[in-house]
Amino acid sequence: MASAVLIKNLQKSYGEVQAVKDISFTVRSGEIFGLLGPNGAGKTTTIRCLCTLAKPDGGKIEVGGIDAIASPKAVRQRLGYVAQEVAPDKVLTGRELLKLQAALYHLPKKVIGDRVGQLIEVLGLQEYADMKTGSYSGGIRKRLDLAAGLLHQPEVLVLDEPTVGLDIESRMVVWEFLQELRSAGTTVLITSHYLEEIDALADRLAIIDKGVVIDEGKPSELKDKLGGDRVTLRIREFTPDEEADKAKHILESLSFVEEVIINAVQGNSLNLIVKPGQNSLSQIEQSLSEVNLPTFSLAQSRPSLDDVYLAATGQTIMDAELAAASTRDLKKEKKQQMK
Amino acid sequence: MSQSISSNKIKSILAPNSTIGSSSKESSNSLGDFLQETSALTQRLFIQLQRRPSSLVAGVIQPFMWLILFGALFSKAPANLFGNDMSYATFLAPGLIVFAAFSGALNAGLPVMFDREFGFLNRLLVAPLSSRYSIVAASTVYIIAISFIQTAVIVLASAILGAGLPGLAGIGAIALIVFLIVLGVTALSLGLAFALPGHIELLAVIFVTNLPLLFASTALAPLNFMAGWLQVIASLNPLTYAIEPIRYIYSHGTWAIDSIVLNTPWFGFSFGAVILVLLGFDALVLLLIQPLLRRRFA
Repeated sequence: MASAVLIKNLQKSYGEVQAVKDISFTVRSGEIFGLLGPNGAGKTTTIRCLCTLAKPDGGKIEVGGIDAIASPKAVRQRLGYVAQEVAPDKVLTGRELLKLQAALYHLPKKVIGDRVGQLIEVLGLQEYADMKTGSYSGGIRKRLDLAAGLLHQPEVLVLDEPTVGLDIESRMVVWEFLQELRSAGTTVLITSHYLEEIDALADRLAIIDKGVVIDEGKPSELKDKLGGDRVTLRIREFTPDEEADKAKHILESLSFVEEVIINAVQGNSLNLIVKPGQNSLSQIEQSLSEVNLPTFSLAQSRPSLDDVYLAATGQTIMDAELAAASTRDLKKEKKQQMK
Repeated sequence: MSQSISSNKIKSILAPNSTIGSSSKESSNSLGDFLQETSALTQRLFIQLQRRPSSLVAGVIQPFMWLILFGALFSKAPANLFGNDMSYATFLAPGLIVFAAFSGALNAGLPVMFDREFGFLNRLLVAPLSSRYSIVAASTVYIIAISFIQTAVIVLASAILGAGLPGLAGIGAIALIVFLIVLGVTALSLGLAFALPGHIELLAVIFVTNLPLLFASTALAPLNFMAGWLQVIASLNPLTYAIEPIRYIYSHGTWAIDSIVLNTPWFGFSFGAVILVLLGFDALVLLLIQPLLRRRFA
């Protein structure tokens, strides 16, 4: 199938910070494509470049074969954009906002009223459409923004962290809607740091970390590529380094163990990749007790997208979030994005 | 989500359709697109005004209070001090008309700055606007409408206070001058709204420009009252070029395009020349902000 969005070797820095170092991925027409990565990985910057809000320092962006840097206007017409932080004008009603947006996309005046009405209906906003947006809950605001992004029937709808801060029910509404959108033929590009979200929705995804793409493919492919089952082992709640090293050494000598990673951020827990179908857990426990190492917890699972991330970066997405949260200057980032 | 409509209909509503927007019309109708987006953006500003009228109310009350207070401040000034048979209130009215318009225009960048800070501007920037000057145009239309309301109030209040009413041609000329000064200052303020880091900085610039430019113009006192250096500054201040022709209209029953309305330390400026100066000021500002808009609007 034709590619709806093509991003190649994208680079973008804000001052000293290299937000996007080298990002490439291809979104195929008609699919839901997920950009997965912890906060601060460069997802929003990538999206801002794609939506022509920021000019890349290098690389190529194409939407439906059109160069976004050379012809931003043609690309804007083809994209719908739902920003992470919804900013409706509090004083306007939902309907007024949609009409404004429809005019900005140059819908013929005659069809604006009907088109706005249709989207209000499809998104179940009838009750709220004539209330000021200042009174909306987060979920309703997000639905209004979805409607706004779709007024001009774009080829690609781009959503930046669409369910952050939403309650579970609103999140389900958004998920179902995006699936409906895909079945209508619209390509959807979604960023998220929620694994479940990408796992549940995306036909294909790219995992990004620190401004580079770690891997790209179908969720099942990426997981299968890792192979084996995952075992998470904690010797103690917080394991000393020497005990973790010792255990790693012992476990690596077991025939069914393929790889052992010490997860320092999680109190030196050990992440093992084991051949499936073996009686792995009891053998692990046994070989540890032979050298007098206790077992605090031990669990086996099929690989998840988090394991894909873990294998590439040595930490889980959640850990990367926590680590990044302490070093990010959100206020500064906001200022940069205003530019 | 909505059970009342069939899934086929939902599909047709959500399906992509590249012919719906301006791409279908190609660039043949870019003026139509520009007018459509400008009028939609202007409409937004008027809806805001209608639901939050306090800024308009304050904008009307403020020059009115200036008129009363300044008039009273100088009420015992010797007769003829400000020209033939002119009371200070009459002298002041043109200054206040221009100052009210100027203050309003200087603040034009604030809503845009807040749109930037709240992320609403992104909504405009990701849209395929035919020209981003429509954002400037919408603000200008809005500020001009407000300024005309303020001007009407000051003209009426001055008439009640004894300044008399200019004729129809005079009113038209006043409107033209207000338009010209508002256009330039609004564009300048919008340029600043894109150039400065945030609303604190914009407010600071407004704060240090607003009153000093008033005092460095002929709004409150004629040129020949001023120290020599201030006369030079006032003669370079665009506000002076807006105030003096209006004052001339107020103080002279008859005026023509070649009436000398402003005597700077160097030249006398006729009515026509003053209009040209204001046009030049507008052209200069629009030219100056162009790279700024393009950079921010990349």
